[in-house]
Parts: sequence; structure tokens; C-alpha cells
Amino acid sequence: MPIEILMPALSPTMEEGNLSKWLKNEGDKVVAGDVIAEIETDKATMEVEAVDEGTLGKILIAAGTEGVKVNTPIAVLLQDGESAGDIGKAAAPAKVEAPAKAEAPAAAEDKAEATKPAAAPVAAAPKTEIAADPDIPAGTEMVSTTVREALRDAMAEEMRRDGDVFVMGEEVAEYQGAYKITQGLLQEFGPRRVVDTPITEHGFAGVGVGAAMAGLKPIVEFMTFNFAMQAIDQIINSAAKTLYMSGGQMGAPIVFRGPNGAAARVAAQHSQCYAAWYSHIPGLKVVMPYTAADAKGLLKAAIRDPNPVIFLENEILYGQSFDVPKLDDFVLPIGKARIHKTGKDVTIVSFGIGMTYAVKAEAELRGMGIDVEIIDLRTIRPLDLDTIVASVKKTNRLIVVEEGYPQSSVGDHIANQVSQRAFDFLDAPVITIAGKDVPMPYAANLEKLALPNVGEVIEAVKAVTYR
Amino acid sequence: MATAARKAPAKSKSDGKSGLSAPKPAEFTKDEELAAYRHMLLIRRFEEKAGQLYGMGFIGGFCHLYIGQEAVVTGMKMALIDGDQMITAYRDHGHMLAMELSPRGVMAELTGRRGGLSRGKGGSMHMFSKEKHFYGGHGIVGAQVSLGTGLAFANRYRDNNNVSLTYFGDGAANQGQVYESFNMASLWKLPVIYIIENNRYAMGTSVSRSSAETDFSHRGASFKIPGIQVDGMDVRAVKAAGDLATEWCRAGNGPLILEMQTYRYRGHSMSDPAKYRSKEEVQKMRSEHDPIEQVKARLIEKKWATEDELKTIDKEVRDIVADAAEFAQNDAEPDPSELWTDIVL
Ligand SMILES: Cc1ncc(C[n+]2csc(CCOP(=O)(O)OP(=O)(O)O)c2C)c(N)n1
Ligand SMILES: [Mg+2]
Repeated sequence: MPIEILMPALSPTMEEGNLSKWLKNEGDKVVAGDVIAEIETDKATMEVEAVDEGTLGKILIAAGTEGVKVNTPIAVLLQDGESAGDIGKAAAPAKVEAPAKAEAPAAAEDKAEATKPAAAPVAAAPKTEIAADPDIPAGTEMVSTTVREALRDAMAEEMRRDGDVFVMGEEVAEYQGAYKITQGLLQEFGPRRVVDTPITEHGFAGVGVGAAMAGLKPIVEFMTFNFAMQAIDQIINSAAKTLYMSGGQMGAPIVFRGPNGAAARVAAQHSQCYAAWYSHIPGLKVVMPYTAADAKGLLKAAIRDPNPVIFLENEILYGQSFDVPKLDDFVLPIGKARIHKTGKDVTIVSFGIGMTYAVKAEAELRGMGIDVEIIDLRTIRPLDLDTIVASVKKTNRLIVVEEGYPQSSVGDHIANQVSQRAFDFLDAPVITIAGKDVPMPYAANLEKLALPNVGEVIEAVKAVTYR
Repeated sequence: MATAARKAPAKSKSDGKSGLSAPKPAEFTKDEELAAYRHMLLIRRFEEKAGQLYGMGFIGGFCHLYIGQEAVVTGMKMALIDGDQMITAYRDHGHMLAMELSPRGVMAELTGRRGGLSRGKGGSMHMFSKEKHFYGGHGIVGAQVSLGTGLAFANRYRDNNNVSLTYFGDGAANQGQVYESFNMASLWKLPVIYIIENNRYAMGTSVSRSSAETDFSHRGASFKIPGIQVDGMDVRAVKAAGDLATEWCRAGNGPLILEMQTYRYRGHSMSDPAKYRSKEEVQKMRSEHDPIEQVKARLIEKKWATEDELKTIDKEVRDIVADAAEFAQNDAEPDPSELWTDIVL
């Protein structure tokens, strides 16, 4: 029976694509491994490879067709002894050819290009109007930029400004970054300053710290922060403590950056948030931006900072766009929270990807007549408690949202500090919302349950506002 | 712990080192050729199906296919005795099929269903089977090398004559804990075979861009661990090296390194654009060194099987894979209560 070739998905999130080109014609023989067509997603051009052999009997979707839904039959493959006349009898069963190779930017580990499967609780961009950042002059022109581009621009600007800044890590140079954050840097700055390392995290983190002690300003990229656990001794024992141990003679002006936290369906060893871990350590600064503007302004600040800075990004946010001020040198202060939205009934504090839950909950709560103030911490250490306390004195209610584990979480620390500094102002206990106290499971339904969700935030707000 | 050296096999000679060199490819009987053909084909077809299911959105996250490297696990498995352990990284589907884990269980783990080997909680990179002595399935590059050395420690401790097969990639071979493990394994004469699957790339980095010493069989030199380079595309060569290595370890000589020279046909994971190598390079490996085609050619040439008989095997293998895929697509997701189980005892 003839075999139907179906439109393949290139990630669990891809729903449709453009059939840009057929590389085989009707009547051509095809063997396994032949590239038969090219399809284009928003991010990459992928080649479709044949899995079976046969003759391309009929092309069902013409080259140039846009918006072809996944699993639509795109061609019919005839097997030995079959002819065009057999086409009507094509086997319906799924026969999706394997997506093989992409040509445009698509990262090896960047399967979903910064989006979660439909089932996941985090989705598209926020609808909340973002409150003006007092650190951005009023009237500044804004440019819509992805977090990915903002991070790259921050590094490029600082590398242009200071010849001692260099970037090293796995796949940062020739591959252009596993998640494409260092795209173009090798071309502009060359291999002396954009250095591909072997897979040796403990070693190159130490090399980075040593170079920083000698006065250079390394940006060490971890492909993800899960792999920085291999290097955590150098980060904590060498980078964080040297200034103190040397009586102030030398420190380590270094940035450790990379994606942190759960991505999508990559299971326990590749899905955890290190915000609370690093926030525990004196001698480190810990930054975890949500918006592209903060990513840019704070990464530039981190590179200039004379201390070791842990800069926690998030794969799911990389592809999201935000307004970034068009300024020649946009540097934000580390250690200062930003009021994302002002409100009077309840304060929600969050950071990084946690903000996506806060922002969505706020939109729904607004509909219920609850006026939420959202604070984006941006920096976890040093923690801007003053901003939180001032907000709590106004709203008298506090919720903290994060994706990390609940015990000894960032939220726990904030709840404790607020109870010490603003106890009399609280009208309800502080509620902390975190990821569940379990390793991240792989199964789609369990993964969804393991992460915080918008419903939990809404319930918490209702509880503290006694609705 | 007893560390006294036991009798070395006759092969070790006196060139100052071990004197080991790559043995000639094993002479396969008809049954062995047919078994190798069937086992490698099962891995190939299984991986192709996994790629398709990924394309259909049934498999999520990372999915690293083993296509091209089938001879390595197949040949090594032929050299094992009951109780020998295996451990590897995330490119693990082939290893599990070789260790006779059920195709349904593996595929259902890939789709994250309750019938999966880890009940849907581990996914492609994290599967285990105590019963079949398969110790995972690990996502952190290099970590399994110390773990595999620990399996060998347990064998030595129990004096049970078993060997630990510890697999890792050319990229993983640069991790520090690999060398910490080498030293202990050699010092304590642990029965571990370090199988370096040199498929020439670690994600987008070729070995020459990542490694000062690209002859991985020499990586144990500082620790007095002998090593052999093996044609990892020829299942007979792998089997012969496996026989030699298991004998070496069982005789109490301590660890051994086998550098398997192999190749992955597909990208690193499902969405790797693989721009770091040419199409010609891939096509050349496929057309001139394919491990399955080599066996097929010998079977035909020796008239041990006809094209039709081989097609029948292909059909049987496809049926197994189709059944696994069917199961994996239709099995239920794990019960929500599973979120909270297996965390601590
Ligand atoms: C400690 C650590 N660093 C980085 C990664 C990301 N990563 C996953 S696979 C891989 C390449 C490994 O290549 P190799 O060891 O040659 O194995 P292959 O993929 O070729 O089988 C990298 C860098 C990781 N999983 N763990
Ligand atoms: Mg490799």
C-alpha cells in the first residue's frame, strides 16, 4: 500500500509550518536518508528526510504553501510494484518522515525555541501594562526586542567598551550558542575573546575565576545552570570568597550566566532553579531578570561589577519580546527591585519566569476587582527588602511566587524578613508559592502539576484578601 | 578490599605497557551474524520510529538518537555474561534495547506514559532496569563514568566476576571526574570497561576542537590503563574487543579503555541543525560504513540468507517497533499521585 508522508512537527509546540521547497519530484526514487523537502518554522528551515524507500508518487502540498498543519499528508510514497493508480489507497496510518536537519538558527538543545508545550501553564506575552521604570528617562524611544537579543546586545556592547571582557563556554563561538545567545559574537570579536571550551565545567569555571583574579572580566556561559553544579565549588569557594580571604586585595570580577530553571519536558536533571541556592552565599550577587530591558541593563551592570555575579536566565523567556530603551549605554542598578504594576490591595513579589504567573494572575484578579501590586525583584542578592516592605505597608498583604523548591526558598526568606520588619502591617500570613517539593518529572501531565500555576496564585490572593 | 592482582590473560606481553592491541574482528557463525543483524535493525527501526513520534509531538524535551552507532552496543552485549552491568549517558535507547529491556517499556517512557520503564517520570534520558543490570540513562555529561566505576567497585567488593560496561562520549571524555575515576579504578584494579563512543562530535564540537589528545585509547596512559581503538562500525570488531576486555577485567587486571570509532547519522538531538559537518561526510559514512549494511552484505555473500529472508526479519522487527509505538501512544499518562511517589524511602 502506498505510504502517506505527513507534515512533521519539529518540536512538541510546532503546530504548522511552510512547505518551502521540494527536493524530489514526482516519479523520483527515494531511499532512506534522502532529503525530500524543506520546511520552515518561525525559527528554522528543517530538512525532511525519508525514512522509507520508494517512489515519490504524488506531491499533495505544493512548494511555497504556507501554514501547513502538522500531520497533514504532504505526499504519497509508492512502494515496489505500485503505480500512480494505487494512490487513492494510500495508508492513512501516520507516516511522518523524520525531521533531520535545520539550516537557520535552531539550537541543538533549544527544542521548543522558548515556548512550552500547549499543556504547560506558561504561555505567551503578558497583557499587563508594564509600569515605567524610574531608571529609564521619560520619553525614551523603545524598541521591541527578545530577551535573547537583549542579552547578546549587552555582551557585545560591553565587549566593545572593554577589551578585558571575554566570553567562554560550551558551543558559544562556532555554534553561535546552544541557545543562540552568543550569536554573532565570534564574527565580531574573534576566537581570542569568544572561546569554545571542552565539556569541562569545573575546569573552565576555575580558569575563568583565575583569569578574573588576574584582572580580566570573564563572562562564563553555562549551557544551562544544571551543569554549573559540576563547577559549584569554584563558584563558591574560589569566586565568592577570595575578596574576603585576601583581606580585600583581590576579588573575581566574573559573570556566570546561562539558562536556569525548568525548560519543557527535559526531566529532573535538567530542570531546576538555582536562585535560592546561590542567594545563600555571601560574596555573590545573584540576578534573575524577567523582561528584555532588565536582561540588557542588568547584564551590562553585571559585567562591570567588580564582584562575581550569577546571572540566571530562562530558556522559555529567551524568545519573548519586551520594550527595550534605545539608549547608547543602558545600565541598570543591581540590587533594586522594579514595581512592575502598582496596586493597593495585595503585593505579589516574583522574579524571572515566576513573573509570568504573577502577571497572568493579576489580569484575572483585576477582573474580579482586586488591585494587585507586582514587584519584580530582578536581583535576588542583594535583596531589595525596602521596596517590598514599603509595598506591604501599603497593601498589607504579600504573596511570593517562584518556580524553585519550597524549602529554604527565596519566598521563605522574604516572608521571614517581612514578618520581622513589617509584622504590624500584615493583615494576613505571607503565602509562598513555589514549585512542588519533587524532582521534575518527564510526563507532560506530571510536569504541569510540579510547576506553580496561575490558579494557585489567584487562590492565594483570594485567601489573603478574604474573598 | 582485596586488591591482589589475579592471573593476567596470556595476551599481555612485555612492551613495557600492557601489550594489548586491537584483536582481529571475530569470526561470526551464521547464527551470530543473523542475531547481530536483527539486534542492530531493531535499534535502527526503533530510533527511526522515535524520530517520527517526536515529529508528531508524542515525545517531548530532548531525544538523542543512536542511529549509526548500533554496532557498538550490539557487539559488546555479545561479550557479556549474566550480571554484567551497563551504564551510559542520555543517548541510551540502543543500550536499553541491547540489554533486552522491553521496546514497549522504552517507547512508553519516551512518550511519558505509565507503562514506561520509569513510569513516565524519567523520559528519554533517564531509564533504568535493576533486573537487566542497566543503571541508566544519565543527563549530566560524564557523571555516569564515576557511577560505572562504582558498579565495578561493588563487583570487586563482592568478588562476583562481573564487569561494569561504562559508556561515554568523546565529549564526556574531557570531564574531570573521568580521570579521577580512572585513577581509582586502576589503583584498586576495578573490573570496569570504559567504552568511549567516539562519534567525532560532542554536540557541534568536533574532537579536534575539544581535545588535545584525540586518540582516546591513550587517555588512560597516566593511570596505566591500557586502551584499544576499535572499528565501532563493524560489529565483529566490537565483539572481539569485548571478548578481550571482559576477559582482561575478569582476570583481575583492572580497567581497560575501548575507543569505539563510530558516527552518529542524525543531529545531536532532534532539532540540531548540524551545520558543523558536511552532508557528504554523513553520506559517506552511511554508504560505506553502515554497520547494518555490512552484516547484510556478508549474509548475502555467504548465502546465509536471501534478500527475502532478510526482508522477513525486517518485517518482524518493524512489527515489534510498531507494537511498541502503538502501546506508547495509547497508554495512559501516569496517575497524578505519581508526582509524590519515589522521592524518599
Ligand atoms: C555536565 C554537562 N555539560 C553539558 C551538557 C550538555 N550536553 C549534553 S550532550 C553534550 C555533548 C556530549 O557529547 P559526547 O560526550 O561526545 O556524546 P554524544 O552526544 O556524541 O553521544 C553536551 C555538551 C550536559 N548534559 N552535561
Ligand atoms: Mg560524541
